[in-house]
Amino acid sequence: MSVAEHDRPGEAVDRSSEETERLSATWAAPKGLTRWFMPVNQRVIGRRFVITAFVFFFLAGALAVLMRIQLMQPENDFLSPELYNQFFTVHGTAMMFLFAIPVMEGIAIYVVPMMIGARDMAFPRLNAFGYYVYLIGGTVFFGSLLFQAAPSAGWFNYVPLAGEEYSPGLGVGIWTTMITFIEVSALTAAVELIVTILKLRAPGMSLNRMPLFVWSALVTAFMIVFAMPAVIAASSMLTMDRLIDTHFFTPETGGQPLLWQHLFWFFGHPEVYIILMPALGIISTIIPVFTQRPIFGYTALVLSLVATGFIGFGLWVHHMFTTGLPQLGMSFFMAASAMIAIPQGTQVFCWIASLWGTRIRFDTPLLFVLGFFVIFIVGGITGVMVAAIPFDLQVHDTYFLVAHFHYVLIGGAVFPLIGGIYYWYPKMFGRMMDERLGKASFWLAFIGFNVTFFPMHQLGLQGMPRRVYTYLQELGWGDLNLLATFGAFLLAGGFLLSLFNALWSLRRGAPAGEDPWGSPTIEWATRSPPPCYNHEHIPIISGRWPLWERRGQLSIPVVTGLRDDRRETLVTTVLDATPQAVAVMPGPTIWPFLSALAASAGFLGILYQPSFFLVGFFGAAATFIGWFWPRRPWRDD
Amino acid sequence: MDGGSPVPNSVMSGGPNRKRARVSETPPLRGNSGIVLFCGFVILLLQGCSQIQSSLEPASRTTALIADFWWGMLLVGMVILAGVLLLLFVGLRRGGPRGERPLSTRGAFLLVLTGGVVTPLAVILAMVVVGVLIGKEIAKRPESGPIVEVVGRLWWWELRYLDEEGDLIATTANEMHVPVGRPVRLRLISDNVIHSFWVPRLQGKTDLIPGQVNESWIEAEKAGVYRGQCSEYCGTQHALMSFLVVAEPPEVFERWLSRQAEPATEPESEAQARGRQVFVEQGCAACHTIRGVSEVGEIGPDLTHLAGRRMLAAAAIPNTRGHLGGWISDPQHVKPGNKMPSTVMEPNELQALLVYLGSLE
Repeated sequence: MSVAEHDRPGEAVDRSSEETERLSATWAAPKGLTRWFMPVNQRVIGRRFVITAFVFFFLAGALAVLMRIQLMQPENDFLSPELYNQFFTVHGTAMMFLFAIPVMEGIAIYVVPMMIGARDMAFPRLNAFGYYVYLIGGTVFFGSLLFQAAPSAGWFNYVPLAGEEYSPGLGVGIWTTMITFIEVSALTAAVELIVTILKLRAPGMSLNRMPLFVWSALVTAFMIVFAMPAVIAASSMLTMDRLIDTHFFTPETGGQPLLWQHLFWFFGHPEVYIILMPALGIISTIIPVFTQRPIFGYTALVLSLVATGFIGFGLWVHHMFTTGLPQLGMSFFMAASAMIAIPQGTQVFCWIASLWGTRIRFDTPLLFVLGFFVIFIVGGITGVMVAAIPFDLQVHDTYFLVAHFHYVLIGGAVFPLIGGIYYWYPKMFGRMMDERLGKASFWLAFIGFNVTFFPMHQLGLQGMPRRVYTYLQELGWGDLNLLATFGAFLLAGGFLLSLFNALWSLRRGAPAGEDPWGSPTIEWATRSPPPCYNHEHIPIISGRWPLWERRGQLSIPVVTGLRDDRRETLVTTVLDATPQAVAVMPGPTIWPFLSALAASAGFLGILYQPSFFLVGFFGAAATFIGWFWPRRPWRDD
Repeated sequence: MDGGSPVPNSVMSGGPNRKRARVSETPPLRGNSGIVLFCGFVILLLQGCSQIQSSLEPASRTTALIADFWWGMLLVGMVILAGVLLLLFVGLRRGGPRGERPLSTRGAFLLVLTGGVVTPLAVILAMVVVGVLIGKEIAKRPESGPIVEVVGRLWWWELRYLDEEGDLIATTANEMHVPVGRPVRLRLISDNVIHSFWVPRLQGKTDLIPGQVNESWIEAEKAGVYRGQCSEYCGTQHALMSFLVVAEPPEVFERWLSRQAEPATEPESEAQARGRQVFVEQGCAACHTIRGVSEVGEIGPDLTHLAGRRMLAAAAIPNTRGHLGGWISDPQHVKPGNKMPSTVMEPNELQALLVYLGSLE
């Protein structure tokens, strides 16, 4: 391999050279009948993750609207209590497990390799396996609603309510097995991202030159690796309690209901930051583009991400302030919970400093980021409030909490996410999304959001508990609930408008060109939509803002010498990204799909007959043999 | 703010088995900017409304401390919010058509340091200190006073009054009486799922967790009726698992308690005697105890002094003869999913039963 001066991609090069044709042939996703189940390319898998996650988002959102209709007036009988309880269980579970994590992972899977100059993820087949597992698990989980078998013990599934005695039937079983299953998918994606980011960066992209979105994806992935095993352990234990009569959580026989809560929240609180973290990366990506200046405080932003990742694991007990734990011990968690405000505050002020006094293009992506500021700061302030134990004793499990975490999750994660979709859409599909629709969508969603969730703060203070399907008229909560329901329609309209925009722009959007926003990072140095090999030559990085640093110059140094007749990408060192080796990647294959099918059969089968785990075990083992059958691609030259 | 008044009429009239034709109007929404809406909400938030389950209208020392704490935090929070948004607004304005005027590195550094580190740290320290101090007040459990064992059921509350030795004085359901100005010690237990005991005007939540006994206490400063509600999701009828706390002068409370300890009133009329017979014949006694009549029922509430209670069905409907009749005939209509089966009986039998239950003062 050697380093050569090469024309800046896209400026003066005819891209349809022989070389790119050979690259296309090598990296192309397969054609034909089985092509749906064969691709392993990161762009295909990433796009599928994002689209599937948005399908679940709109389904879970529809459940939310139905619940708001039920709560529109006191003593309404639009939904039965049983159905309402199923709805809020499925809504919460789906938003957390089927939407928030997969969509963030999907975007990272799609964007990160392009951003760091890799041709694919580190383990493309594992990537595909993770997607099928997620798709099957999510579909079965949502499908349970159609068969009246949906879980109704809440997304938190506290035992003993979620135990066999108080939740008989399939519901909670579907929850525990499908969640275990979906978390496996999250773990595979996390492992992929960690290895990809640490080992496949373009030469010269040392850790301190990594784009902030890549940093956020890295910290997120590490958090997933440490948090998910807790929930997998917990849900496996619950599955065993329910199916083969173990007694982890049953107090009559020495079990401990609080054990569930500790395990669940040890995962569940970091989960919030896992969802938030990539959104923070998206904001740090969007702000410099729309101000056309480097972001202020790169190091402070990275340290804030890392600090959030650490502190996020030290505060799960603040979900358990009402369980009768000793006051002194809880005070530690009160302080730790409030402490998270410091890294978050640092980030917010770095962004304000970056925006200060710059000429700004108020395009839709930035609008969503500015909307984030308003909403997320409110959510952050109420977050510090609920960390205070005495106040939490009053608002815990009330609508104040519902308001708080929707401010954090929708304001903190969904708004930047949609901003990010508007921002990367031209890269993904080669066309711009419509600006006027985008702006209308933002204002509708922003106003609708506040009309929906702001009154809930007051409802909580007035004593309205959450997870109630009805309330008495005398309690005086009717007017604010009606207002919230009205807002929910606006909010839903805002999101639907963006959905419409995305679909409409697929065909009708203005052609984007390579780099419509004038962005600094290298995913914008390739065609839009990107070819299946990402970059035809892996660029060499010499700063944090590679495309800006090359402004006015025609050439960008690239790596040459990688073979184009098989799937090769460059492996570099962890810290400095100096070239180290050439990795040969696997091509399209059906095995990950078959493995996912076998594992699903086992996971689903145990709901009827515990011995079915043998089917899953041996079935998956058989497909793994096919998957790992040695082919020695490095010998076929 | 009518903490001292007797039961508000509104408590007595409601219930999910009747619909009231009241048109709720959408509050006016004028102006199309988020800021106008936001200000509107803040004004709404600052209004105190008279409510029997609002933590903003404390009727005990600890809830008053928490409410003050909330107002303090709200004030600080609004100042922070306004400050940050103002900074953002000013910062954006400065980069208008006149050109770029970004912060110097030093200026940006100072902004991040004061805004992002120093201010939050100061606010957090203050909050933690105040929070710990108030928390200590709440954790300071009284050493004397009546003891009540609160048992969370699916989906109602059993209340067992104990004497100092821990012996049972009386059992009742869904209506807790407490003496004004004296602390009442609570032992919170559950033998089914997790519930949470919460009377927003009197005390913050404490969970009832199977396999352990949690302790809390309650002390009303003013006489009145306060509503409480289960706040930990506990299944189908979590929504209507509520109860009333009646705070009354100590001597009234003592009278009430000694009355509760007595067995049920003997029938005084033929209809009442017939009703008592129906109670036993229809199998009500399998689930419900009426002390002096049948003491085997442990699944449903103790009905010994049913007529003295203000509400039925875990404070979901008022205790009137009509509501009681509807509840007995078709409990699933009133509270879908609850554990009480429908009972089919002759109209005259039902009437007799209602007359008898109505006599159990």
